[in-house]
Amino acid sequence: MPVSLVTVSYILAGLLFIFSLGGLSAQTTARRGNLYGILGMLLAVLATVLAPQVTSYGLLIGMLVVGGAIGAVLAARVEMTAMPQLVAVLHSFVGAAAVLVGFASLLGPSTGLSGAEARIHEVEIFIGVFIGAVTFTGSVIAFGKLQGVIASKPLLLPGRHVLNLAMIAACIVLATQFVGVEGPGGHPPVMPLVLCTVLASLVGIHLVMAIGGADMPVVVSMLNSYSGWAASAAGFMLANDLLIITGALVGSSGAILSYIMCAAMNRSFLSVILGGFGAAEGAAPAAGAAPQGEVVAITAADTADLLRQASRVIIVPGYGMAVAQAQYPLYEITKLLRERGVEVRFAIHPVAGRLPGHMNVLLAEAKVPYDIVLEMDEINDDFPETDVVIVIGANDIVNPGALDDPSSPIYGMPVLEVWKARTSIVLKRGMASGYAGVENPLFYLGNTRMLFGDAKKTVDALLAALRD
Amino acid sequence: MLLVIPKECRAGERRVAASPENVARLVNMGFAVTVESGAGLAASFSDDDYRAAGAGIEADTRALWTAGDIVLKVQPPDQHPDLGVHEADLLREGGTIISFLYPGRHADLVQRLQARKATVFAMDAVPRITRAQKLDALSSMANIAGYRAIVEAATCYGRFFTGQMTAAGKVPPAKVLVIGAGVAGLAAIGAARGLGAIVRAFDTRPAVKEQVQSMGAEFIELDVHEDGDGGGGYAKEMSPAFIAAEMAMFAAQAREVDIIITTALIPNKPAPVLLTDEMVASMRPGSVIVDLAAETGGNCALTVPGQAVVRHGMHIVGYTDLPSRMAPTASTLYGNNLAHLLSDMGGGTGFHINLEDEVVRGAIVLHEGTLLWPAPTREPSPAPAAKAPASAAQAAPAAAAPAARAATTASKPKGKSGHGHGAASDAPPGSGSLIALGAGALAFAGIGLVAPPSFLAHLTVFALACVVGWQVVWNVTPALHTPLMSVTNAISGIIVIGGLLQVSGPISDPAVVLGGLAILLATINIAGGFLVTQRMLKMFSRD
Repeated sequence: MPVSLVTVSYILAGLLFIFSLGGLSAQTTARRGNLYGILGMLLAVLATVLAPQVTSYGLLIGMLVVGGAIGAVLAARVEMTAMPQLVAVLHSFVGAAAVLVGFASLLGPSTGLSGAEARIHEVEIFIGVFIGAVTFTGSVIAFGKLQGVIASKPLLLPGRHVLNLAMIAACIVLATQFVGVEGPGGHPPVMPLVLCTVLASLVGIHLVMAIGGADMPVVVSMLNSYSGWAASAAGFMLANDLLIITGALVGSSGAILSYIMCAAMNRSFLSVILGGFGAAEGAAPAAGAAPQGEVVAITAADTADLLRQASRVIIVPGYGMAVAQAQYPLYEITKLLRERGVEVRFAIHPVAGRLPGHMNVLLAEAKVPYDIVLEMDEINDDFPETDVVIVIGANDIVNPGALDDPSSPIYGMPVLEVWKARTSIVLKRGMASGYAGVENPLFYLGNTRMLFGDAKKTVDALLAALRD
Repeated sequence: MLLVIPKECRAGERRVAASPENVARLVNMGFAVTVESGAGLAASFSDDDYRAAGAGIEADTRALWTAGDIVLKVQPPDQHPDLGVHEADLLREGGTIISFLYPGRHADLVQRLQARKATVFAMDAVPRITRAQKLDALSSMANIAGYRAIVEAATCYGRFFTGQMTAAGKVPPAKVLVIGAGVAGLAAIGAARGLGAIVRAFDTRPAVKEQVQSMGAEFIELDVHEDGDGGGGYAKEMSPAFIAAEMAMFAAQAREVDIIITTALIPNKPAPVLLTDEMVASMRPGSVIVDLAAETGGNCALTVPGQAVVRHGMHIVGYTDLPSRMAPTASTLYGNNLAHLLSDMGGGTGFHINLEDEVVRGAIVLHEGTLLWPAPTREPSPAPAAKAPASAAQAAPAAAAPAARAATTASKPKGKSGHGHGAASDAPPGSGSLIALGAGALAFAGIGLVAPPSFLAHLTVFALACVVGWQVVWNVTPALHTPLMSVTNAISGIIVIGGLLQVSGPISDPAVVLGGLAILLATINIAGGFLVTQRMLKMFSRD
């Protein structure tokens, strides 16, 4: 295949990727969007395989088949609650691949570049490997934290910011030992690059270890962004525009998601990345005045009565619902109530769950129609006209203190204003605080009732009571 | 510590100070409880129910009063008709009694109790503060009165509340006007809405508008603006101009609505007359007025306190015993209020009178014969004990809970500016300072000076792709953010190209091995990412 045809295929593939992301703007076009992505990828891989530089196929096809098979099995087996882990692990692969491509590019046949072009090429390799390594180890740690293999509590080393800066500075020093230096084999020495990989790996580990469980959505989307920039850097080193375009698309996407998550928590991106939230401050929740009032418990049977009498109900799910797998009986309840003419909707806070949009996927899995699942901005004004709100497995995202208590650590974070409804019922295991470690005055309000117990069992009991 | 619950002796009183359910709770708190035989009969609670809840039963009234450490009653102590003796004299010397008392209205009764060296708590004097909501008996009784007012209205009213389309023809819904949106007014709104009526409400305090609307009623506003909030959840007297506008509105409404519930009270004054003779006459025949202010004279000029009468063909209900007409519920709620008070005071084991406690200080009238009423006013929440004795059919005080809620809304910080990404997309981040812009320009100039053209071509592509990505991704609906991540995951597997270009050499070449590994990892990404996206998107279904 002539080079020009390959280039044209790359342009087409790049366009298809853009359409693919564009398709995700609505549920109705999303599947077509995914199809565009697959087409673009097939086109790109096929064009590359047929390109003049590629002359041997054995190893290539073997790796494609094995990798494809592993990916397919992973995709088919993964539980929807484990999506954050899968996404994290996939990020780590991109990071690792970027490191490998960087080294291969260094050790491979000479590029024939000289002067400034050669220098730039070497800088590209160095940066690509650095980003790739940070992405790789960061994602592995994120995976560990999401999977529960590593404690989600932030690890706070003394002087951690200085430590990070020192490691990055060391990498810059290593770069001067690498770029423009003639080593054995006609290319720059490998050693500085290896050391840089090690240091970048440590930076990635340390960066994510310092971030608490509640900030995981930001970390995952940030790593998504990094994996894009890593691909882009690889594109620069290989002088391949398709890689550059795709990497930039992915990088922007991840950056936007991180930004949305941060805005939804009223925190700056930097404060999340620097980590430490939900540890020290969390230990002393009584920063403000202790909430006044009394916690009033309610039984599943009484809740069922309330729901029967209601005409408008909103359900606010949080990660606790996913952990307990309560979305299935919850949807049964929704169906039952809707058959009786009760309007039931779901309200999703942007940071509910461990991944942007995670709750939507979990509800979709339980067959909840997506048109009754609404975003915070769409539904927040409707709470005053709502009879009953059911909060299940969520805490900080329904904390009224975020709006009216300046001493609250989450003050200023936009929250779902559930307390404006006639009655809010909070399903909760016990009186523990949320991830932010903040006391929730909602539980003490006169129109709040607490339904204590394991979320799944409680929802099952509620379903049984409604069927009676 | 023995609690005794005598039978109420006032004629027509059906309530009892505690239901068997409350008794069980009091016993749990460590109190011993004795109930007078037959005390709960009018409220449908038998002696056996009380026994089952752990109470003793005493038939002899005198013995019961003498034995008790604390006497729990609903009505203030009164002349006992059967024994011919005043209940205050039945109380043992230095005993304690908790009931409704209205000490401002019953100076002689207070003196009588003082002579007995009694300790007396008035449930009507409990301060209306957030913490004391659970023992606010006035609110719980007002709530019942409001509900019952609608039930009484429905009994007299000969038509449907809810509109119906039947085969035989159309029936229009009833129109209900509620004047005064305190606890009773809000309860009446709720009950009338529940029956399907069209409800509108008026209150001189604009702050209750939100509460009225949350109950499903329309809030009537006047053109004259004046805040009628008199503090502590009560209304104050309004200016003449306001009253004129108000009366004109009532006259217009009277011609239009079928049912009027009035709940307007002003502390320490007779109830204002809001519905005149002419207004009543202008209503549609068969209409109903329920006057919850009857006990202090009534909001309607034609109200006869304690009776239901017909004037100009309209039913005018002036019952003053509405909570008593719902005796089982009223007794249980009142008993809950008592139990909360007793629990706050230490329960059966740690019972003590702590005058530093704002609630106790507000409610106590006599302490071992010493007059402590009225309690000194405290800031910021005025103790209504100093303010007003009020009837059990008390209406104007707003529910403390909704009031607190309104306060929450009012103090919400900086409106909606921080709300989610809708606002954020209008002003994307990184609209940074001039310095940042300058630094960026310098960096670009620097690159332009040293970089070769081939690099600049790639940089162009990169910059444009970033902008395109930025634009496209903002359009992605938040519900699809997880599929977005998995699809971007898949396409970032495009790095496979890097591997593909490097495996065409001898297998011994380290570059080839590295490239092969890169292909493997990237392909997992591609296949895994696209397939899991497909799986997820299939789950999103419409209704």
